[in-house]
Amino acid sequence: MSYIKPINHHPRLEKNKLGLTRRDYEGAISTLCAGCGHDSISACIIEACFQLNIEAYKVAKLSGIGCSSKAPAYFLNQSHGFNSVHGRMPSVATGANCANGDLLYLGISGDGDSASIGIGQFIHAIRRQINMVYFVENNGTYGLTKGQFSATNDLESKNKYGEDNLFKPIDLASMAIQLGASYVARSFSGDRDQLIPLIKGAIQHKGFALLDIISPCVTFNNHDSSTKSYDYIRNHNEAVGKTDFVPLGEEITTSYKSGSSVEVNLHDGSKIALEKVNSKFDPTNPGNSLNYIREKSEEGKLLTGLLYFDESSEDLHETLNLTKTPLNQLKQDELCPGEKALEIINESLS
Amino acid sequence: MLEPKSFQSIESVNDFVIKFANVNGTGSASANQMFAKAIFRMGIPVSPKNIFPSNIQGLPTWFEVRVSEKGYLGQRGGVDIAVAMNPQSYSKDIDEISEGGYLLYDSTWKRNFNRSDINIIEIPLTQLCVDSFKNPKQRALFKNIAYVGALSALMEIEYEVLEKIISEQFANKPSLIEPNIKALNLGRDYVLDNLDYPIGIKLSRRNLLENKILISGNEAAGLGAVYGGATFCSWYPITPSTSLAEGYEKYAKKYRVDEKSGKNLYASVQAEDELAAVGMAIGANWNGARAFTATSGPGISLMSEFLGLAYFAEIPLVIFNVQRGGPSTGMPTRTQQSDVLACAYASHGDTKHVLLFPADPKDCFDFSAKAFDLADQLQTPVFVVSDLDMGMNDWVCEKFDWDDSISYNRGKVLDYEDLEKLESYGRYLDSDNDGICYRTYPGTHPEKGAYFTRGTSHDEYARYTEDGNINAETLMRLMRKFRTASELVPEPLIEINGEDSCGIIFYGSSKPAVLEAKDILRTKNINVDLMQIRSFPFNLDVWEFIASHDRIYVVEQNRDSQMRTLIMAEGGISAEVLRPLVHFTGDPIEAAYIVNKISEREVNYKSHKNIKER
Repeated sequence: MSYIKPINHHPRLEKNKLGLTRRDYEGAISTLCAGCGHDSISACIIEACFQLNIEAYKVAKLSGIGCSSKAPAYFLNQSHGFNSVHGRMPSVATGANCANGDLLYLGISGDGDSASIGIGQFIHAIRRQINMVYFVENNGTYGLTKGQFSATNDLESKNKYGEDNLFKPIDLASMAIQLGASYVARSFSGDRDQLIPLIKGAIQHKGFALLDIISPCVTFNNHDSSTKSYDYIRNHNEAVGKTDFVPLGEEITTSYKSGSSVEVNLHDGSKIALEKVNSKFDPTNPGNSLNYIREKSEEGKLLTGLLYFDESSEDLHETLNLTKTPLNQLKQDELCPGEKALEIINESLS
Repeated sequence: MLEPKSFQSIESVNDFVIKFANVNGTGSASANQMFAKAIFRMGIPVSPKNIFPSNIQGLPTWFEVRVSEKGYLGQRGGVDIAVAMNPQSYSKDIDEISEGGYLLYDSTWKRNFNRSDINIIEIPLTQLCVDSFKNPKQRALFKNIAYVGALSALMEIEYEVLEKIISEQFANKPSLIEPNIKALNLGRDYVLDNLDYPIGIKLSRRNLLENKILISGNEAAGLGAVYGGATFCSWYPITPSTSLAEGYEKYAKKYRVDEKSGKNLYASVQAEDELAAVGMAIGANWNGARAFTATSGPGISLMSEFLGLAYFAEIPLVIFNVQRGGPSTGMPTRTQQSDVLACAYASHGDTKHVLLFPADPKDCFDFSAKAFDLADQLQTPVFVVSDLDMGMNDWVCEKFDWDDSISYNRGKVLDYEDLEKLESYGRYLDSDNDGICYRTYPGTHPEKGAYFTRGTSHDEYARYTEDGNINAETLMRLMRKFRTASELVPEPLIEINGEDSCGIIFYGSSKPAVLEAKDILRTKNINVDLMQIRSFPFNLDVWEFIASHDRIYVVEQNRDSQMRTLIMAEGGISAEVLRPLVHFTGDPIEAAYIVNKISEREVNYKSHKNIKER
């Protein structure tokens, strides 16, 4: 049972440009385990939407099946949600997106959903460059069915019962870069400062944005021999540098030392400022990114931050040459060729 | 020049079966279609059927054309003329020819066929083309046009009609008109100069096809989807449904491109598999676009999980199932009606779906457009269930019609103003007590109307619930909705032919064979009443027809008599009343088959009844 929160707000809560408070972006009370990384991600989504002045009713939240896929119920109450079938959120999002490109599409998925049962749909959503933000709330385990290994679990990472994992992990972020996703970031549910700007950048980005977020499962995969526990990730993640999202028309005020940052323009005029900590790393070069991720992985480090970025690619609406008016708003006189045209068709078939 | 014959040649005007035996991938199909179209243009009822292998190039393929002045357009059986162009299948093709029939073959390589009871027509087609065309590709291709030319002389097909078809067909590539006409004349002139003509089987203009068109069901259904306002098509290639999605795209390209901007007012996405195809269509429908997918049996199996979601979450959806031979991969290029139960009850749990059964391309057009209204009205998947025979073959049918004054029925959708007036909104509140609730599209209203679509058990406000009673209520409401559906779907077509008649229930592409069988049975003093089922759930008319007959033959093209099972299950009808009459070879059912089965059993029935009465 999802609970509805009281709707009374504290009168002095901070408001954004739409006059809304953070409470206005909340959802139902979470039924996930206390301390679940997914809840932190929901909180970051709420914060990002609040800061970006997003109109919640113009957002569609879609998910598959699993703990992560329950999450859309826990943020943006005024958005339509769609909890589809296991691993199939990408196809539902594709159809929904084609029907109306004016909405913001947030897809929430997990590692079981995206790296196993739905890997085909994950791949093809990237290939088609659906304009959406695709969250993988990645905990390396099947929580709802009580702790089986998932396909993103590291080889050396045991399960809660001490059993060995037999297979190498799939790295969804690397895969997404290879497939041509135009915005690929990795983060950690416990690092709000890193995650919120990444979410904001992804929302403003046009095209397929993947956020692979390590999100520890406190119940089944947070033990000492797990590589997706809070402790392990805190000790082993290495950021490519800080990322700041700078809205349109605002001055860049980052804490980076001068000359150590790079700015990337988004299609709507807003910017992402990247701190440059390593001269070897270039997030606009896919081959370079892939090598760097691999290098760090061999050192036992999990590379986080904005890993790859390409603002020039076209999205599915452009590829399909779709009309500006959303398909779901076209009227009958635009859709139906009518009696006269049918007479001509009949003639051609006689 | 023929030797004196020891047999009687078949003589007939406008009533015969001709079979072309070709090699797949040699361009024969368009020549054969031209032949059929010419007969259509002469106003004579014609039914061409392409019998093709699941192969791209090299295997035998046949094209059978039945011509029937009486308008009987089901498969007839027997071959009166064979045009044998494939040495690979000579022996079978020549065996099939009825006594007194005709064989036309490419006598560039002469053969002795061991049939002294048929007329053998020798035309050196390859030689003629080699002598007249330089390009090797053209030499091979134009053999086909040349035999059509030969047949025009042999069977008195109007030459001008063929000429016109060629010039229309190549209107966009005028340079091809001349060589095609040349090829046509090659065959024709050879006959005129060297052979006796016409032969005993002939054509004669009748003008019986006023207000008729010649089109395949798939193209008609694709066009119907354009007319029905579908803006999104997601599909995965599978025979025999592929040409439906292609038909949609063909007409959408013509009628759905904004003249000013050049932008598309439709989207067609070739999905990565059938699961994605149906998922995309569901997503688009959820978001308020009219969307569909087209598939065949194996695709229905793959889509089943999603179909249960659309049923339970109440999302409109149109699915075309162009049935082929099953089970499993089965016979991909042969016809059957063996997915009736798979569609009716697709997906796990208690699910039931609305099915429409078109019986010809005109129905395919009408039901396709109507399916979008029904899906929106009922907020549930609606299947249009056709088959390979009507889907991929050109059928003669009534012209399409459309009434511009009728608006699409988008069902119960709340817009901004509606939501403004509402105190609170519940997605699954049955306020009208017809089982159908009010939808909203995402992005309609800033504060009202949002809900969470889910396949998990939910209450009237779309909230997750594990309360079994609430879930049971939802399931009962869906039954209520299904009853509402029975009042909205096309009613059966019933024909009563007198006292003491037995009944025939049929649907889909069995129609021409059943209508012909009815006439033949009457000559044997067997009267039949007909009921053509056009949809599921069944409405009252169906039950009344069944109640007023003590014996009914259920004619269908599957092994398990699936429609009969569906009727029995849904109506509690006794097995004795409904008698299976099934055919499942993958070839279309023939009238003679139905006649034999029914007369056999009717004789038994009558003698049994007489004994009883005595």
